Amino acid sequence: MKLTLRIWRQKGPADRGGMVAYDVPDASADMSFLELLDVLNERLTESGEEPVAFDHDCREGICGACSLVIDGVPHGPQKATTTCQLHLRHFRDGQTIDVEPWRAAAFPVVKDLVVDRSGLDRIIEAGGYVTAPTGSAPEAHATPIAKADADAAFEAATCIGCGACVAACPNGSAMLFTAAKATHLGLLPQGRVEQDTRVEAMIHAHDEADFGGCTNTGECTAVCPKGIPLGVIGRFNGDVLGALWRGR
Amino acid sequence: MATLTRAPASAGRRRQGASHRSTVVMKIAMAISGAVLLAYLTAHMLGNLKIFFGESSFDHYAHWLRTIGEPLVPHEGTLWIIRAALTASVVVHMAMAILLTRRARRARPVKYAHRPPVQGSYAARTMRWGGVIIALFVVYHLLDLTVGVANPVGASGKPYTNVTADFEHWYITAIYTVAVVAVGFHLRHGVWSMTRTLGRQRPGTERLIARISTGYAVLMTVGFLSVPFAVTVGIVG
Ligand code: HEM
Ligand code: SF4
Ligand code: FES
Repeated sequence: MKLTLRIWRQKGPADRGGMVAYDVPDASADMSFLELLDVLNERLTESGEEPVAFDHDCREGICGACSLVIDGVPHGPQKATTTCQLHLRHFRDGQTIDVEPWRAAAFPVVKDLVVDRSGLDRIIEAGGYVTAPTGSAPEAHATPIAKADADAAFEAATCIGCGACVAACPNGSAMLFTAAKATHLGLLPQGRVEQDTRVEAMIHAHDEADFGGCTNTGECTAVCPKGIPLGVIGRFNGDVLGALWRGR
Repeated sequence: MATLTRAPASAGRRRQGASHRSTVVMKIAMAISGAVLLAYLTAHMLGNLKIFFGESSFDHYAHWLRTIGEPLVPHEGTLWIIRAALTASVVVHMAMAILLTRRARRARPVKYAHRPPVQGSYAARTMRWGGVIIALFVVYHLLDLTVGVANPVGASGKPYTNVTADFEHWYITAIYTVAVVAVGFHLRHGVWSMTRTLGRQRPGTERLIARISTGYAVLMTVGFLSVPFAVTVGIVG
């Protein structure tokens, strides 16, 4: 199949950048979206042009490295799918596809489609862990955990930290990510004891990193490749309220 | 392989002491001030329906509002307490809206070349401009029916006369319709957003809460619009 890509090219952080069109006549419906970029890059390299820089690692939808806003939707049109797992059969032959980087003040462009997502790391550094060494996986019967809590914690823990929620949010908010991480820890006994300081530290780091405030529009959960539910944000807000209440 | 989770060098989080100024706390302030306005708006809508019971019923109701709590509180005392609470709520609500909007603009300095709305409702997308329309309308509305200077008659202590004088003009009915519809959209997302902001919901109740928000917004819109339209078509007055 033949596709036309309009890709955001930007030499470096200081460059202004712009959309550049490329034809890829030799695409196949079985390729993933990243393989499409590989094919394009091979051709660009052979003809002595600079290949398109983009992030990727596992290519199996588990690491959170890949990104790309494809035709205006982070991770493309397929629901609950990372860009690396998005296949070209979901596009029409002859289609023109716009490819842009995540857009947020907290995610400055490094080059082309690569952005610096370390703002998310700073939120984790602030509180996305348990401060005491809790050892390896505990014996399952030692600490009973309600099934509903275990399920909800696991669901939240599937967040791969890709940042698509930020890219989709009209306010550039990272609340879905932040709330997913805090929920996953706060629902389990090892993490629950520090939940007050955790949520305070995490929302502080979130705001410091220049992410915006949440308006509960739900754009984030619609594009999240792991389908993290919007409910984690309500839980996080409740935890912040609780921390304020107990704190003073 | 199982490894020992080691605490990072900066172990032992201290209270940041800054979360009382965080975006979440700003949203909590919006939600609480919004809830105060919501309670008032609901009572206001129900009070307006008194007009369908005739002139004396409506005017008597307006008079009663000024005498609540007498003689414990002075004449119009309760009314002024309500007005103070409403003013404080509007100030907090708008201040937070402005701060959060400025933050949101800063958080996305470069726009997407191609960006269709994925799922966000029309109501969610129009909260800010809708809010501005409501704020302007509130000023006009107070000048019209509280102060009276913008009313065709402006008779003091005769709300029935003033209301019917208003809506005999189609353009005044049109202004009120635009504003009330804007309020309706604002309430649709506002009520939903408030339940998210004020904490924990049981999972799976999202759809129910969204329906309740829509139902409430529709009832409020219809309730408020019933009065101007009843006057315009001649059922009242
Ligand atoms: C009749 C008066 C009003 C009522 C009853 C009302 C009610 C509410 C409620 C309940 C919320 C939800 C708070 C939350 O997000 O948790 C809200 C949000 C909001 N309101 Fe109002 N409001 C009113 C007037 C205004 C005005 C005059 C503005 C002017 C700027 C405004 C701007 C906003 C904005 C920007 C939001 C945040 C929306 C979001 O979360 O997406 N509102 N309102
Ligand atoms: S919440 Fe979803 S979209 Fe956001 S970082 Fe985690 S996996 Fe990515
Ligand atoms: S490359 Fe790892 S999730 Fe896409």
